[in-house]
Amino acid sequence: MIKKLMGCIRENRKHTILTPLFMLGEVGLECTLPMITADLINSIERNAAMTDILRYGAILVLMAMCSMSCGILSGWFAASASAGFAKNLRHDLFAKVQSFSFSNIDKFSTASLVTRLTTDVTNVQNAFMMIIRIAVRSPLMLIFAVIMSIRMGGPIALVFLLVIPILGFGLLFIAKKAMPLFKAVFKKYDRLNNSVQENVKGMRVVKSFVREDYEKQKFATASEDVRNDFTTVEKLLAINNPLMLLAIYICMILIPLFSAKVIISSGGSSMQVGDLASLITYAMQILMSLMMLSMIFVMITISGEAARRIVEVLDTDSTLTNPAQPITEVADGSVDFENVSFKYNPDAEAYALADVNLHIPSGATVGILGGTGSSKTTLIQLISRLYDVSEGCVKVGGVDVRNYDMEALRNQVAVVLQKNVLFSGTVAENLRWGNPNASDEELVRVCKLAQADSFITAHPEGYQRFIEQGGANVSGGQKQRLCIARALLKKPKILILDDSTSAVDTQTDALIRKAFREELPDVTKLIIAQRVASVQDADLILVMDNGRVVAQGTHEELLASNEIYREVYTSQTKGGEDDA
Amino acid sequence: MPKPQMGPGMGRGPMGKGPGGKGEMPKARKGTMGRVLRLLMEDYKGPFLLAMLFMTLYSLGNITPTIFIKNITDVIERFLSGRSWSDARPEIMNILILMIVVFVLTIAFNYAFARLMAVITQGFLDKMRKRMFNAMQQLPIKYFDAHGHGDIMSHYTNDIDTLRQLVSQSLPRLFQSGIMLVGMLGIMLYYSVNLMVVVLVGVFGMTFAVKHIGGKSASNFIRQQKAIGEVESFVEEIMNGQKVVKVFCHEEASQRDFDKVNGQLCEAATKATRFANILGPVMGNIGNMLYVLIAIAGSAFIALGAANYSLSGLIHGNFGALLELSVVISFLHIAKQFTGQVNGIAQQFNSIVMALAGADRIFRLMDEAPEADEGYVTLVNAEELPDGSLREADHRTGVWAWRHPHKADGTVTFERLRGDVRLFDVDFSYVEGKKVLEDVTLWAEPGQKIAFVGATGAGKTTITNLINRFYDLEDGKIRYDGINITKIKKPDLRRSLGVVLQDVNLFTGTVMDNIRYGKLDATDEECIQAAKLANAHDFITRLPQGYDTMLTSNGANLSQGQRQLISIARAAVADPPVMILDEATSSIDTRTEALVQQGMDALMKGRTVFVIAHRLSTVRNADAIMVLDHGKIIERGSHADLIEQKGTYYKLYTGAFELE
Repeated sequence: MIKKLMGCIRENRKHTILTPLFMLGEVGLECTLPMITADLINSIERNAAMTDILRYGAILVLMAMCSMSCGILSGWFAASASAGFAKNLRHDLFAKVQSFSFSNIDKFSTASLVTRLTTDVTNVQNAFMMIIRIAVRSPLMLIFAVIMSIRMGGPIALVFLLVIPILGFGLLFIAKKAMPLFKAVFKKYDRLNNSVQENVKGMRVVKSFVREDYEKQKFATASEDVRNDFTTVEKLLAINNPLMLLAIYICMILIPLFSAKVIISSGGSSMQVGDLASLITYAMQILMSLMMLSMIFVMITISGEAARRIVEVLDTDSTLTNPAQPITEVADGSVDFENVSFKYNPDAEAYALADVNLHIPSGATVGILGGTGSSKTTLIQLISRLYDVSEGCVKVGGVDVRNYDMEALRNQVAVVLQKNVLFSGTVAENLRWGNPNASDEELVRVCKLAQADSFITAHPEGYQRFIEQGGANVSGGQKQRLCIARALLKKPKILILDDSTSAVDTQTDALIRKAFREELPDVTKLIIAQRVASVQDADLILVMDNGRVVAQGTHEELLASNEIYREVYTSQTKGGEDDA
Repeated sequence: MPKPQMGPGMGRGPMGKGPGGKGEMPKARKGTMGRVLRLLMEDYKGPFLLAMLFMTLYSLGNITPTIFIKNITDVIERFLSGRSWSDARPEIMNILILMIVVFVLTIAFNYAFARLMAVITQGFLDKMRKRMFNAMQQLPIKYFDAHGHGDIMSHYTNDIDTLRQLVSQSLPRLFQSGIMLVGMLGIMLYYSVNLMVVVLVGVFGMTFAVKHIGGKSASNFIRQQKAIGEVESFVEEIMNGQKVVKVFCHEEASQRDFDKVNGQLCEAATKATRFANILGPVMGNIGNMLYVLIAIAGSAFIALGAANYSLSGLIHGNFGALLELSVVISFLHIAKQFTGQVNGIAQQFNSIVMALAGADRIFRLMDEAPEADEGYVTLVNAEELPDGSLREADHRTGVWAWRHPHKADGTVTFERLRGDVRLFDVDFSYVEGKKVLEDVTLWAEPGQKIAFVGATGAGKTTITNLINRFYDLEDGKIRYDGINITKIKKPDLRRSLGVVLQDVNLFTGTVMDNIRYGKLDATDEECIQAAKLANAHDFITRLPQGYDTMLTSNGANLSQGQRQLISIARAAVADPPVMILDEATSSIDTRTEALVQQGMDALMKGRTVFVIAHRLSTVRNADAIMVLDHGKIIERGSHADLIEQKGTYYKLYTGAFELE
C-alpha cells in the first residue's frame, strides 16, 4: 500500500526530500540554541564583559535566523510536496477510473468514488505532510534533546529513562483504546447524517404526513446517542493532557533536585546554574516530541483507512484489455452471437444471458422487447464489448469483438445508453462528444435526423445554449433526442438505442425511425423499446425473457406465434384502439 | 503545528458542497461570536464557568514552575560558594514539597477541566444539532427548493465540526492564553518594568507577523475550499456519466479537463498550506530572538548599573534599585512562555475564522422564518348526535369534523370532513412576475376523481402543492368543505390529505415502519391491511424478512415499482378522505406497472382524488380531466367529451404530443 502511494510522489521527490532536510537543520539549530543560551546565561552569571555577551547574542540571533529560514523553507517545500503529491494521487485515481470497464464501474458507487477522490485524498495528503514534517521532526528532536541533555547533565539525564516509558506507553495505550471506539462512533455519526439527508430529501413526505414532531423526536434520540458515545471517547482522551503534565512535572522536580546537588557540591565546576535551565528546556522538548509522536500515530491510523480505500481503486485493473495485435477496421455492420452466455459475476450461479445465437445482417433494423430483468441491455452491451462474454463469442463485421482495438470498435458501434447523461456545457459541446471535429453543418444534420434541431433552434441561443449538469434544463424527451444526435455524430456502422425514446412522443418517435430508415440505410440499428409501436416495423424483432431470446421474427410472425408478444401488444394498444 | 483532529466530522462530510465550497465563504456577521457564547452559557453556564475556573487554576499552576525554578536557582546561588549540599538540602526540599503539592493540584484541575469540556462540547453540539434540525422541520418547502441538499447537509457536517473545534479547542485556548498572558504580565510587572518593555516590543513584532502571514493563510484557505468544491463537482459529474464517457471513448478528454481543475486545486492548496506552515517557525524564532534581546538588555542593564523599576521594588521600598541577575534569568523563561502563548493564539487564527463562518451559516439556517400558520380551524374526532348535528369526541370515532371557532360571536361550529375541494380563480407564481398558474378554477365533490394532464411545467404539480399549502396563493381562494384553507391549521389540513409522490422517499427502517409512517399508532394488522390494499403484500412477504426487512438508502434494495407500492400502502394506512397522486413516469415493466396501477385504483376508491396522470386508464376513469397548458386550464371535461372536442387532449391521447 505504502509503495503504491509513494509512487505518486514523482516530480515532488525533490521537495519531499528537501522538507525533512531543512527540518533537520531547523531541529539541529533549535536543539543547540538552549546550549548557547546556557553559555549566554553563564556568561551573564560570571559577570562577563559586555562584548562576550554580545558575541553570544550575535551567534544566537544568527542561529535563530538560520533556524527560521530552515523552518520557512521546510514548510514551503512541505506545502508544495504534499499538494503535488495529492494532485498526482487524484490524477492517478481519475485516470484509473477512466480506464475502468463497465464491470469495474458497477463495482464502485459514484458517491464512493467522489469521496475517494476528495475527502480521502485530503486525509492522506495531511498524513503525508505530517510524515515528512513532524514524523521527521519529533524523533530528531527527541534524539538531539536526549544527546544534549546527557552531554550537559550527565547522569541526571537518566531521569528521562524513567519518564519516557511512562508517557510513551500511557499515550499509546490511550490511543489504542480510543481508536476502535472512534471508528465505531464515526459510523454512528455517519448514520446520523444519512438520516438527516433522508429527512431533507423527503421533506415533502414529512410535511404531507405532518411528521415534523416525530422526525424531531427521532433525530433527538439519534443525536443524543452520538453525543453519549463521543463523550465517552473524549473522556478517555481527557487523560492525555494530565499524563503529559505528570511527565513534565516529574522532570521539573527531579532535574532541579539532582542539578542543585551536583552544582552545589561541585561549586559550579561540573555543572553550572545556566545548565539547569537548559536541561529543563530539553526535558520539555523531549516530552513534546513524544506527545507529537503519539498524535501522529493516531493520525496515521485514521488516514490509513482513507489510504486503503484509495489503493483499492488504484489496484483495480480493468477487466478488459486490448488484444496484442488489435484490428482497427470494422468491415461492416453485421452482428453475430454464437452460443453466447454471460454472467456479470464469474461466481454467480445463474447466467444473465444464456445460449444466444443470432445473425443480424449489416444494415438491418432490429427491435428488442422484453420485461425488466430480461437482459435486453445486457445483450446489446456485449456488442461494443462493454462486457466480455462468459462463453461463446460475439462478432461484429465477422470478427470476434475481442480482436478489435476497443476504441475503434466503440467508434463504429454507437450505443445510446438507457441511463444517459448530458454534461454541463453548450448543446454543441455536448454533441461534439460524438466527434470533436464535427462541423456546425454536421451538427445540424444529425440533430435533424434525431428530430432535435427544431427545439434547439427554438431557443434563442440555439446550439450555444448552456446545458446544466445532467441536462437538468431540458425535458426528458429532448434529452433523449440530444443523446441520439450525439451518437449519430460518430457515423457508426452499428447504432444501438437502449430504450432511448421512452420519453419521446409517438409521433416524433416515428419520425426518428423514418429518418433512420431513409438516411441511414446502411447502418445496423438495434432498438430496445417498451412500446411495441417503436419496433413493429423492424426487419427483425427479438423477444427476450429471463436472459434468453425466446422468439424472433417480424411483427406479424410474432403476433401469430408468440404469447408474450401478443400480451404486451394488446395491453399497450387496448386503450387507444377502443376509442380512437 | 497541525494537530490530528479527534472528533466528529474529521475530514468528513460533503466537502465543498457547502456554501464554502462554492467559494462564497461570507465573513461571519458581527455578533456571531457573542451569540455562540450566549447559547453556550444558556446550555452550560454552570459547567462552563466551572471548567473555566479549573482552567484558570490549572493555568496559574502552570506558571508556577518558573517561580519555583527561580527560587531554586536563588538557593543554589547562595550555597554555591559553600559547596555544601547538606546545608542547602532542607531549603531545596521545602521548595520541592511545595512544588509537588502545587503540581498534583494542577494535574487534578487539568483533568477535571478536560472531562468537563468533553461533556460540554458534545452536549453543546448535540443541542445545536437539535436546534438546527428543529428549526429546519418548521421551514417552508420553499427553503428546500432554494437550497441544495448538499448545502443543507454541510451545516450538519462541516459547520457543526467547525463549531466543535471552536468550543473544544479555540475558546479554551484563547481563554487560557489570555489568563496566562495576564498572569505573566503581572509577574513581569512585579520584577522589572524595564525588561517587560523589551518583551512587549518582541510581541509587537509577532502580532505583525500573525496579521500578515495569518491573513494570507486564511484567504488562501478560502480559495482552497473553492477549488475543492470545483474538483468535487467535476468528479461527480463525470463519474455519474462514466459509462457515457466509455461508450464515446472520451476518457482522454475528460482526463485533460480534470487535470486543469486538479492543477488549480494543487496551486491553491500549496499556497494555503505554505502560509500555515511557515507561521510556526517564524513565530518560534521571533521568540528566540526576543530571548537574546532580553539577555543582552538584561546584562546591559546590570553592566551599566541602570535602575530597575518594578512592583516589588515599590513594595519592598527599593524602587529603582539595581537589576538582579536572577530576575534576568526568570525573565528569559517568562519571555519563552509568553511568546509560546502568543504563538498558540496565532495558531487558532484560521480555525476561529472558519468556525465563525460556520457558526454564522448555522445561525442563518436557524434564523430562517418558519412556515407561517395563521390557521385556527382544527380537525377533530366527532360523533353524530341524534338530531344529525356533530359534537367533538375525545376518542377515535371514525368520523372527523372541522372545529371552526368563529371569532365574531365566539361560537364554535362543526363541519363534517367530506373531502369537497374547490379552487376559485387561483393565481400563483414561484418567482414574482412569472405566473405559473393563472385563473385556475376547479372543483371536486366528495368521491370525485380529477385528473390533471399537460406537459412538464404546465402547472400540474403546482396545483397539488397549493392544496396542501406547501405554497401560498398569490390570488384567489381554495375552499375545503366550504372552509377557506388559510383558516385551517396546516397540520390538520395536511392530515386530511394523502399524498403519493412521483419520487418515492422511504426512510431507513423496516418495511413495517415505513408503512406505519402514514399513521403512527397503526397496528401491524392495519399496516398489513393497507399493504394488501396497495397490492404490496405479496412482494413484501417474499422479502427475506418480510415486513421486518430493513430498508436503507431510500429502499435501494427494492425495485422502483416495489418502492412505489410501499408508498401507496403508506398513504393507504393514513386513510385520508382526499388523495393527491402523482403517477410515476419512469418505465417500469408491464407486470409491476399493472400491480402499481391496481394499487392506485384501490386507493382512489371512495375518495376525492387529484391525480397527475400519465396513464390512459387513469385519465379515462376520471370524473373530470383538466388539460393544463402554461398554467391555464385549456380544456376540461370527461374523457368522452374531450375526445369529441378533438382538441389538445385528443392529440395527447393519440400520442401526437409529448406528455412528459
